[in-house]
Amino acid sequence: MRAVITVIGKDKIGIIAGISTILAECNVNILDISQTILQDYFTMIMLVDLTYMNVSLSELNEKLDKKEESLGVSIKVQHEDIFKAMHQI
Amino acid sequence: MINSNEIIETIRMIEEEKLDIRTITMGISLRDCCDSDGEKARRKIYDKITRYAENLVKVGEEIEMEYGIPIINKRISVTPISMIAESSDEEDYVKFAVALDKAAKTTGVNFIGGFSALVHKGYTIGDGKLIASIPEALNITERVCSSVNVATSKVGINMDAVRQMGEVIKKTAELTADRDGLGCAKLVVFANAPEDNPFMAGAFHGVGEPECVINVGVSGPGAVKAALERVKGADFDTVAETIKRTAFKITRMGQLVAREASKRLNVPFGIVDLSLAPTPAVGDSVAYILEEMGLESCGAHGTTAALALLNDAVKKGGVMASYHVGGLSGAFIPVSEDAGMIEAVERGALNIDKLEAMTCVCSVGLDMIAIPGDTPAETISAIIADECAIGVMNNKTTAVRIIPVPGKKVGEVVEFGGLLGRAPIMQVSRFSSCDFIKRGGRIPAPIHSFKN
Repeated sequence: MRAVITVIGKDKIGIIAGISTILAECNVNILDISQTILQDYFTMIMLVDLTYMNVSLSELNEKLDKKEESLGVSIKVQHEDIFKAMHQI
Repeated sequence: MINSNEIIETIRMIEEEKLDIRTITMGISLRDCCDSDGEKARRKIYDKITRYAENLVKVGEEIEMEYGIPIINKRISVTPISMIAESSDEEDYVKFAVALDKAAKTTGVNFIGGFSALVHKGYTIGDGKLIASIPEALNITERVCSSVNVATSKVGINMDAVRQMGEVIKKTAELTADRDGLGCAKLVVFANAPEDNPFMAGAFHGVGEPECVINVGVSGPGAVKAALERVKGADFDTVAETIKRTAFKITRMGQLVAREASKRLNVPFGIVDLSLAPTPAVGDSVAYILEEMGLESCGAHGTTAALALLNDAVKKGGVMASYHVGGLSGAFIPVSEDAGMIEAVERGALNIDKLEAMTCVCSVGLDMIAIPGDTPAETISAIIADECAIGVMNNKTTAVRIIPVPGKKVGEVVEFGGLLGRAPIMQVSRFSSCDFIKRGGRIPAPIHSFKN
């Protein structure tokens, strides 16, 4: 499945590095990445492919939860279909 | 790639505006569980429910994790038990409620609906036994919900049933007096009950439904209110359009979850119920939407018009977003479960008469209303009769879920906790409806229901 990873919070050094390292370890392929300041927040949005992921989704979530704490940002992994369903006809 | 703003909008709706899937409800037919031996019937019921719904909670949690959308409740609805139990020689149907409760606990769902009877035209033997056992069933079970349909637009209002339900509600409140009459929060009296409603306490699996089905109820009053905040002062055309757009997005998400749940559970998809169901959480209130439209308080003059617009726009936005819509679909106005409604009652802006007017245009009826414990059964029956009349004459579902709280008087507050919230005790008319209710019989169907 393809998922959208959103990272929202205060900008600091090492956010992309920290997250992409975890993704590489888990064999998750990053398909696209964008970073902006949206509505006063640093926002990074990644489109990733979880097809060849070598851990379960809940394990990936756990790893990202830990990173979330150390980076002080919010990280979310969501199936891309939820955004498509809501915004595309 | 999907537009960043849209991604952020979805996340904001979920995180800040409390958008959620309120319930995934699995409807299960129990029609093959009848048996002349009550004990055997109950074993069949328990086995079937626990077999069919074995993975319901697990699949719900998986979808919740993958899509990052909270799915608050996983629930089960079953064929009205009066129809299943009446093949047995059992006199007391409480045992069937106990079997349902046990099945609910085993499968991990928080409510199971269908301890029900459909008596709009009259009672069968099983219907009579079931209704008589409702108070004790709701007293000793935890997760069982009960409903009785007493009227339809097609056949009119069964006033004998209306009279009896007033007594049943009183008795249920008395038996559960130590919990402030909590049993009544699990009991709904309907006119025109939908057969595919996923919301409790009124869910049951209708006789025209398939073997097993997945129905999903969406919610999101907070998201609608937030959308209206962004069009402050705009005309009603804009208000209606904004609600439609938001309802569309909310329902699309419901449709996605419903389809996914149906696929994973290998159970056909039934309907999405596109309701705005409030919770006591701040920011999850239907009353606040009405106030956002420009009313100083919910209950002020204009409230009925505001609710009519809201209810209609939610349906219009939602209908196009789902393959099939059903259930109750519209705006719910339960008093105890809506922070804005509670405040409106407490500040003296909202009374039971205004609520009755609102039920003419909302999707349900007088819902989660606490009244004084010494209210006569006939007055409760008369309240039910009024709601039935509104539903029957207007071809819509109406319902009454009312709690005469033992020992409490107007001005006091009762705390149910959790999703059921807290309710200020509301004043009912002090004039008697006794002789009216005593008449019994049936109020005939309205002329405009004869459409064949």
